[in-house]
Amino acid sequence: TTVWSGFLRLCFVFGLSFLALTGLLLVQLANAAKNFEDVRCKCICPPYKEHSGYIYNKNITQKDCNCLHVVEPMPVPGPDVEAYCLRCECKYEERSSVTIKITIIIYLSILGLLLLYMVYLTFVEPILKRRLFGHSQLIQSDDDVGDHQPFANAHDVLARSRSRANVLNKVEYAQQRWKLQVQEQRKSVFDRHVVLS
Amino acid sequence: MDNPGFRRGSFHSSTSDEDLVEISGATLDFSMTDDVPPLDRDLGEFMSYNGGGLNVPNKMMDFLEEPIPGVGTYEDFNTIDWVREKSRDRDRHREITNKSKESTWALIHRVSDAFSGWLLMLLIGLLAGSLAGLIDISAHWMTDLKEGVCLRGFWFNHEHCCWNSEQVTFEDRDKCLEWNTWSQLLISKSEGAFAYILNYFMYVLWALLFALLAVSLVRVFAPYACGSGIPEIKTILSGFIIRGYLGKWTLIIKTITLVLAVSSGLSLGKEGPLVHVACCCGNILCHCFTKYRKNEAKRREVLSAAAAAGVSVAFGAPIGGVLFSLEEVSYYFPLKTLWRSFFAALVAAFTLRSINPFGNSRLVLFYVEFHTPWHLLELVPFVFLGIFGGLWGAFFIRGNIAWCRKRKNTQLGKYPVLEVLVVTAITGILAFPNEYTRMSTSELISELFNDCGLLDSSQLCDYVNNFNTTKGAKLPDRPAGVGVYTAMWQLSLALVMKILITIFTFGMKVPSGLFIPSMAVGAIAGRLLGVGVEQLAYYHHDWPIFSGWCSQGADCITPGLYAMVGAAACLGGVTRMTVSLVVIMFELTGGLEYIVPLMAAAMTSKWVADAIGREGIYDAHIRLNGYPFLEAKEEFTHKTLAMDVMRPRRSDPTLMVLTQDSMTVEDVETLISETTYSGYPVVVSRESQRLVGFVLRRDLIISIENARKKQDGIVSTSIIHFTDHSPPLPPHAPPSLKLRNILDLSPFTVTDQTPMEIVVDIFRKLGLRQCLVTHNGRLLGIITKKDVLKHIAQMANQDPDSILFN
Repeated sequence: TTVWSGFLRLCFVFGLSFLALTGLLLVQLANAAKNFEDVRCKCICPPYKEHSGYIYNKNITQKDCNCLHVVEPMPVPGPDVEAYCLRCECKYEERSSVTIKITIIIYLSILGLLLLYMVYLTFVEPILKRRLFGHSQLIQSDDDVGDHQPFANAHDVLARSRSRANVLNKVEYAQQRWKLQVQEQRKSVFDRHVVLS
Repeated sequence: MDNPGFRRGSFHSSTSDEDLVEISGATLDFSMTDDVPPLDRDLGEFMSYNGGGLNVPNKMMDFLEEPIPGVGTYEDFNTIDWVREKSRDRDRHREITNKSKESTWALIHRVSDAFSGWLLMLLIGLLAGSLAGLIDISAHWMTDLKEGVCLRGFWFNHEHCCWNSEQVTFEDRDKCLEWNTWSQLLISKSEGAFAYILNYFMYVLWALLFALLAVSLVRVFAPYACGSGIPEIKTILSGFIIRGYLGKWTLIIKTITLVLAVSSGLSLGKEGPLVHVACCCGNILCHCFTKYRKNEAKRREVLSAAAAAGVSVAFGAPIGGVLFSLEEVSYYFPLKTLWRSFFAALVAAFTLRSINPFGNSRLVLFYVEFHTPWHLLELVPFVFLGIFGGLWGAFFIRGNIAWCRKRKNTQLGKYPVLEVLVVTAITGILAFPNEYTRMSTSELISELFNDCGLLDSSQLCDYVNNFNTTKGAKLPDRPAGVGVYTAMWQLSLALVMKILITIFTFGMKVPSGLFIPSMAVGAIAGRLLGVGVEQLAYYHHDWPIFSGWCSQGADCITPGLYAMVGAAACLGGVTRMTVSLVVIMFELTGGLEYIVPLMAAAMTSKWVADAIGREGIYDAHIRLNGYPFLEAKEEFTHKTLAMDVMRPRRSDPTLMVLTQDSMTVEDVETLISETTYSGYPVVVSRESQRLVGFVLRRDLIISIENARKKQDGIVSTSIIHFTDHSPPLPPHAPPSLKLRNILDLSPFTVTDQTPMEIVVDIFRKLGLRQCLVTHNGRLLGIITKKDVLKHIAQMANQDPDSILFN
């Protein structure tokens, strides 16, 4: 079994690294598949004689990013163009609006999911539980496990090593354990101010 | 033959199979009362010549004694045993190397094992970089959401919304058709008193909404996600265990709520929490590799590298990140970790650059691009800025710790959600009128660091320009215009407000960092001083201090540089960083020109701040929380001895020991339930008090539980023995329980006359949890890490009862 598990682990490691590299490649591809509008040449021209300062933007390639191509319409007559353009500062900038859109949408969806789950945990689940179990009080397990019962922790450790056959049981069990953990954390941080005060 | 109980009980049975055993058993029996270890081994060899009767069963016994799950793991809020972890890793490595000679498969396994560390660093860098990109883009967008929406696509923030507008004047460069403020959206008006009030109201409302979401998510899902995280990570890296602090829920909640907290306009930054996020990534990815999952010491090496990656993406400074991890966060930093941390930091910075959150491949919002020279005489104002930074740092630490202590001990701590909402409301209401507090702190720092070129038209750069004398791009020195004076008093108000409000913001129950607010305070102070010196040089260029190097008409003073130096000074004063601070700042500027001013300011601020209070903000928070962190930088200078610190003291009950073969299971269980020590020394007998080893409480509990369930015949009256062979048992006695495999046979001991300096040094260098004290070869007492910390606190006249954990 050790050979098989070692093989599995190796496969997993290779798979993970492959995934990481493809992720990086995708990011590069996304950058390459740019929106046409995502490049610009920004020329800032200060006030000249009686003309006030202006900022000019144009979608233009990097080699054409200079005052003569970008500043249109030229506010000064012919002979002054050179003097005017000497003061202008042109910079080539690019961005990826696709990345921004995807990132914001990912963030908002994760935030929305978390908010829904929070509403479910805080409001909906107690109502559901009360309906399922009638009016019997749910006996919460004693929170101060660690100090009084030294052997209870051992139970916990040994129990974790046994495997549970039913998947649904596993999920339920994991969720219960997670809730207990969060409750412990909340007591340490918010109530007793022991950690992270 | 498989039954260990049968074998053990066989010494006095008279079955015909065991005749040989009985003879050697008799010899064995005799030797057991004398306890010199080498004789055991010799006897083993002797027995093997006896037809291998007992040797083969010994090997089978070892084969059966597989490690019980749970032995060797640690309790929550306990310290790890560095020595044991390191030796375990060395054993594992040796085993792999030896087995690799056997088959090709084993050789591949060995190569992949060596390669796994680098792969892990690569993955950590990628994940940390991606998360930092997500946080940057989202925070940038949400901050602007308080002011308005972009109609072109709601996901654009102000700057990106107006990115493509073709032609704008300087004054209107922030306005474009697609960007609508809330008043424009709701009442279609953008000027006027009513529009202003509506914008004000929406700003505060959005800020409150974000803060409420942040604190509720933290409270419901991951209470460990609040605060900065760096004090706790420092403690974890020194060997402490906080289960769940670096878990996946903490990671998700910290990422999401960090964006919300930063966007709500509170005076906090995201650099400290980014270190926590990166360490969470490191911890989670460690679970994919056995080498790091099972070994706590190796995992902490990975966490050091992950912390470096975190700072690297926060500032775009890979080298600074590695040095920050080395100086501030890590406890044991072997050289191998240095190279790997650098790799992780580089990968993270590269990933962030690919995501390109700010455009132009910049990694940080306040990247500085000027390279104007400075003069030696300017060191005087720089040192002055350093003094200011040190004073502010000490003042801030005192104020913040006092407020956090109040939050910890009084009623204030019972209303965390209300506290966050009140602070957000106050911050929002005070911040909106002043342009410099309304913008996000990173943008403020960026504007302050910026050198005013000819083309800038912000209020701060409103100098009186005389374009006739302008030759090319080189600017003369210019008198300040009206805009600059307005900016000066607005900035002073902003300075006062930021100084006061950050004291109450840092440490709240939302993710909060400290770097950006301190840099903002320093940058404002620096810019004010810089503009002052600049105007002084303009109006009095004939003074001797200026005439030597600043000719008339030349622009010699760069206020942006003063802002940078001020930011470094204040950050150094609060965190007491030295090398890492200077390297981060010089990586931000991209050049070595400003190293001397930065170093001068950083050193001055550290000296001034150290003169007022010894600890930086993170060490002060560690002490406030009572974590068992043994400070590695301080010298222990008192002349106490080990016997002054060891337990039991004269008034305490005698030392609780286990004997090696005369206690029953029931005795041990009673001892465990009556006392709360985390470990017990094992002695030969109570009369001789000669030391055999040390056994941990958790291992004892788990082994006894396991034995009761799985092994036949173990009852309360079974004898527990830590020796290799079972002690002589009376007839009809239950089989004995062998627990030698959980015994640490090489505990560290010192004599009672050892000076405490050496004991503290041993604890620091080896990472011990406890150390046994002997006198004339007999066990006298025990010193634990908590005792050492209490002793140090007592010697420094601090409260020794504040050390809470073991």
